[in-house]
Amino acid sequence: MTPRHRSLVWSATRHLLLLCGAVFILLPFVWMISTASKPQTEIFTKSIHFIPQTFALWDNFATAFGKASLWRFLVNGVVVTASIFVLQVLIALPAAYALAKLRFAGREVLFALVLFCILIPPQATAIPVFLLFHQLGILDSYAALIVPFTISAFGIFLMRQFFKTVPDDLIEAARMDGISEFGIVWRVMLPTAIPALTAFGIFSVVAHWNDYFWPLIVLNSEHLRTPPLGVASFRNEEAGTNYGPLMAAAIVIIAPLVVAFLLAQRRFIEGITLTGIK
Amino acid sequence: MVAPAFILMFLLLLGPLLGVIALSFTDYQLGSPSFSWIGLSNYQDMFGDRVFWLSLRNTLTYVAIVVPAAVALGLAVALLIESGGSLRTWYRTIYFLPVMATLIAMSIVWEFMLHPQFGLINGLLHGIGLEGFSWLQDRRTALYALCVIGIWQALGFNMVLFLAGLVSIPRQLYDAAEIDGAHSAWARFRLVTWPMLGPTTVFVVVITGIRSFQVFDTVHVLTKGGPSKSSEVLIHTMYIESFEFFRSGYGAALTVVFLAFVLLLTLVKSALANRGVHYA
Repeated sequence: MTPRHRSLVWSATRHLLLLCGAVFILLPFVWMISTASKPQTEIFTKSIHFIPQTFALWDNFATAFGKASLWRFLVNGVVVTASIFVLQVLIALPAAYALAKLRFAGREVLFALVLFCILIPPQATAIPVFLLFHQLGILDSYAALIVPFTISAFGIFLMRQFFKTVPDDLIEAARMDGISEFGIVWRVMLPTAIPALTAFGIFSVVAHWNDYFWPLIVLNSEHLRTPPLGVASFRNEEAGTNYGPLMAAAIVIIAPLVVAFLLAQRRFIEGITLTGIK
Repeated sequence: MVAPAFILMFLLLLGPLLGVIALSFTDYQLGSPSFSWIGLSNYQDMFGDRVFWLSLRNTLTYVAIVVPAAVALGLAVALLIESGGSLRTWYRTIYFLPVMATLIAMSIVWEFMLHPQFGLINGLLHGIGLEGFSWLQDRRTALYALCVIGIWQALGFNMVLFLAGLVSIPRQLYDAAEIDGAHSAWARFRLVTWPMLGPTTVFVVVITGIRSFQVFDTVHVLTKGGPSKSSEVLIHTMYIESFEFFRSGYGAALTVVFLAFVLLLTLVKSALANRGVHYA
C-alpha cells in the first residue's frame, strides 16, 4: 500500500469508529425526539421505526404542558440557579480578593481550609444541614434550595487564583483614588475577572439546574419543584403509560442547557471541565 | 471581607462534616426529643446488616465497571478525534452532549429504551434474532444497565479532559521518538502519549471514581435499588435510611463509610501525583 492509500484507510477507519460511538451517544436523544413525535398507537408497537407516520409532537407538548406544570418547573429552575450564582459571587469574591491580595494573620490557614472544603462531597453534609433547616423551619422553601450552595469553596479558590494574576499596581492606583477595599473588589477586580467568572457561572448553573439529590430531600410542595424533580414526578404520575408527553417533557427540561451549549460550546466545555480541578 | 464566606463555610460545610461524624455515634432520629451517645452501635448494626454489604458490593461493582470503561473509551475517543483533522468539533460536541443533558430526564428516556416489550433495545435484539431482557426489572441485569447509563454519561467528560492533556504534549517528543525508531502509531502511543498523559490519566481515574461512588440519580429514578436489592448502592441506602426512615444516626454512619472511600481515592491521587507519574 502506498502511504496515500494508508492514510485514506486510516481516515475511513477513524470516522467509522467515531460514528459507531456517536450512534451510541445520540441514540437516547434521537429516540426521545422520535417518541415525542409519535401518537400513542405508534409508541406501543413492536416494530421499530424512527420517523412517525402521524406527526404528534405538538399534541404531546400540549399534553405535557397541560398535565405537568412545566413552566413552573422551568421558572423555579431559573430562580434557584440564578439566586445561587449571584449569592456565590457576592460571598466568594471579597474572600477571594482578601486571600489573593491582602495581608492578614491566619490567611494561609484560611486558604488551607478552602482547599479542604473543596473536597467535601455534597452528600456528606446533607443530614446535618437537613436537621439544621428542620430546626429553623425552612425546609420546603426556596431558601432550603438555595442557602446550602451560597458558599462555594471552589469558587473562592478559582477566583483567588485568578486575582493572583492581577497586577498590584492596578489596586494601588485604585487606593490612591480613594476607592474603598470593597469598591476595589466590585469596580476594579470584578471587571478583570469576567472570563473566569463566566466559566464559573456555567459550571455553577449546570450543576444546580441538574441537581436532583438535594431538592429531593428538602421539597414536598409541587409548586417549588425544580426541573429534574418535576420531570421525575411527572413520570411517577404517568406510571409507564403516556410515553409521548413524557418524552416531550424530557425535551423541555434538557432544552435550555443543551441549546445554550450548542450556541457557546467552547465556553461550556471550559466551564464544565473546571470541575476537573475539583 | 472574609467573614461572610468563612462563617458560611463553618455553618454549611465544616460544621456539618463534623456533625455527621458525631451523629454517627448517636441514636438520633428526626423528630425525637432527645438522643444518647451509643458509641459504635450504629457501625455494629451496619456491619451486621446484609443490605449494607449488598449495597457496598454493588457500589464497588459499579465503580469497577464504570471507571475503566469510561476512562478507556474517553481516551480512545480523544485519541481518534486528535488523530485526524476533519469533523473534530462535531465529534466533540456529540460526545459531550450527555454531560450537559439533565441526567434525570435522560434516565427516563433510557428507561423507555430498556422497556421489556416496547423498548428500542429489545426491539433491536429481536431484529437480529436474540432474546431480550427486562433489563431494569431483572436482578441479573439491573445493575449492569445502570452501569451502561453511567458510562454513556461520563465518557464525554473524560474525553474533554484527555483532549486537553493531548494538546499539551510537545510535538518535538513525537519527532524525537520517530528518529529513535518509533515508526508505528502504537510505538508512538506507548513511548510518548501514554507516559505524557500520566498525570491526566490519574486525575481522570480519580474524578470518575469519586463520581461513580456518588451514583444516585439513575438508581433512585429507575430501580429504587431493586429488584431485591440487586442495584442498591451506598448513597441510595443512605438516602432511604436518613430521609425516608429518618434514622439520622444510622444514615450518618453510612455517610462516614462513603466519606472514607472518597478520602481514600483523594489520597491515592495525591500519592501518585507526588511520585511524578510524568516520566513513568
